[in-house]
Amino acid sequence: MTTPTQKAMIRFEDLRQEFTLSGNTFTALDGVNLDIADGEFVTVVGPSGCGKSTMLNAAAGLLDPTSGRVMVDDREVDGPSTRTGVIFQQYALFPWLTVRKNVEFGLELKKIPAKERREIVDHYLELVGLTRFAEALPKELSGGMKQRCAIARAYAVNPEILLMDEPFGALDALTRVHMQEQLLQTWTKERRTVMFVTHDVDESVFLASRVIVMAARPGRIFKEIKIDLPYPRTEEIRLSDEFAHLRTQVWEAVYHQPGVAEAHQ
Amino acid sequence: MAPKESIVQNKIPPAAGGIPTRKDALQTGSSALSKKSGKPSGRKLSRKALLAINVASVAAGVAGWAAVSAAGLVGLPGPVEVLVRGGELLADGTLAEDTGASLARVLSGFLLGSLLAIPIGFLMGWYQVGRAIIEPWVQFFRTIPPLALLPLVMVTMGIGETPKIFVIFLAAFLSCVISTYQGVVSVDKTLINAARVLGANSLVIFRRVVVPASSPFILVGMRIGLGAGWATVVAAELLAAPNGLGMRMQQAQQFYDMPTILVNVLVIGVLGLLMDRLLLMIEAHLTRWQERR
Repeated sequence: MTTPTQKAMIRFEDLRQEFTLSGNTFTALDGVNLDIADGEFVTVVGPSGCGKSTMLNAAAGLLDPTSGRVMVDDREVDGPSTRTGVIFQQYALFPWLTVRKNVEFGLELKKIPAKERREIVDHYLELVGLTRFAEALPKELSGGMKQRCAIARAYAVNPEILLMDEPFGALDALTRVHMQEQLLQTWTKERRTVMFVTHDVDESVFLASRVIVMAARPGRIFKEIKIDLPYPRTEEIRLSDEFAHLRTQVWEAVYHQPGVAEAHQ
Repeated sequence: MAPKESIVQNKIPPAAGGIPTRKDALQTGSSALSKKSGKPSGRKLSRKALLAINVASVAAGVAGWAAVSAAGLVGLPGPVEVLVRGGELLADGTLAEDTGASLARVLSGFLLGSLLAIPIGFLMGWYQVGRAIIEPWVQFFRTIPPLALLPLVMVTMGIGETPKIFVIFLAAFLSCVISTYQGVVSVDKTLINAARVLGANSLVIFRRVVVPASSPFILVGMRIGLGAGWATVVAAELLAAPNGLGMRMQQAQQFYDMPTILVNVLVIGVLGLLMDRLLLMIEAHLTRWQERR
């Protein structure tokens, strides 16, 4: 739970989300209540179909909740906002634009003058290490580079909140660890509120100060696990006994919740 | 969603015939570029070697043609005879006039058709109501070969340029409208969401996401439309025209003038090929951002 002194940046209030698929209504989320504090890094982990991405999309304003609501900074979310940056699993870079033009996209929409745009883009390209690839097209980049470009594009419009939907899911294990470390470095510097959806238990523990474990059918919050490990998270922390202990806790919450064993057979 | 399915399943209109599909088109465009080709044919040949094979194949074909005509099997004139006649037709200005007339019909019909097809295709893809209004008409007319409408069109529009340009227009329009529509409905939803979360409104999404994302489809549609238009013009001219490559063949047939027929057949083939290559080059240039597999 959030300490009462901190205000909630994102608040899910009794959120329920139903979808209709070929005539059948199914409940993706039911009775979701959650507060994410300003500057907090929260990961959401759970089996497939638990509605973790749905939760993120609702916070991003890309969905209309069936009932309940999502509040961002005490205002109800009723559509996408540039205060909320989203990073998608499939990168979602515009393939016809160069890396620079992709990062610049949101800045152009904000009507920021060209000179200033250039400086902002340069700054974030440097932050994610893509300066040399500014004029490259997305198809020329590796998966990790594409995701870094997507991160730069989201950062560039300076959102207070970052919603990340399994952003490292498609990357190989080595790149993934590297990206996690880079993400935390940036977060430590700028302290934006982050909601990070993943299916990787290690990743959820390494990044977060709090892990939300979801259950499926209907999608709901099953358990919250506080990660009392200090930042910056170093390799020693990743290999420590405390980390292993917390990972076991999260692992058990994800894989030994009622109904999961049957669902995966 | 039902109308969308029906149209998507038969994305290549009947007029397209043997024109390459989208996938073929992309491969033709990139075969020279792709370094890690997944083709099972083993060792990759150099561009030069492939070109040499092309030339040799054409030369062998011409030699075969010469042999057949020399043997007097089917009364076919030989390459030299055809070349001489080609020179004569060029010298007296007939060939230039006919080529000009046919090209003018194809290009005006093709440009009008594509120009109208692009907004209509966007309308169908973007607005459900637009789709519901337009789709039955497109679906109905694409089952009719444009040429089959020629008798009707000639009765209503006379035998001047209008009916010919109209059928070419129709052929080009129907090919292009379907591809444009398909391009719009297959725009990746994630890209639209990515634009939305960066602050894009509907107009911006349309202009900066939907239009570029569907451009490869539109260009393939235009290529198919051009092929369809070219196929249609020659046939339209066979029926009634004061000039044109098709009309000249029809006239030559009455005088049993085989060389003239063959000159025109060759010109039609070469021009069709050139126009297709030109559009392919434009397409490859405009869509060079695409991932090629």
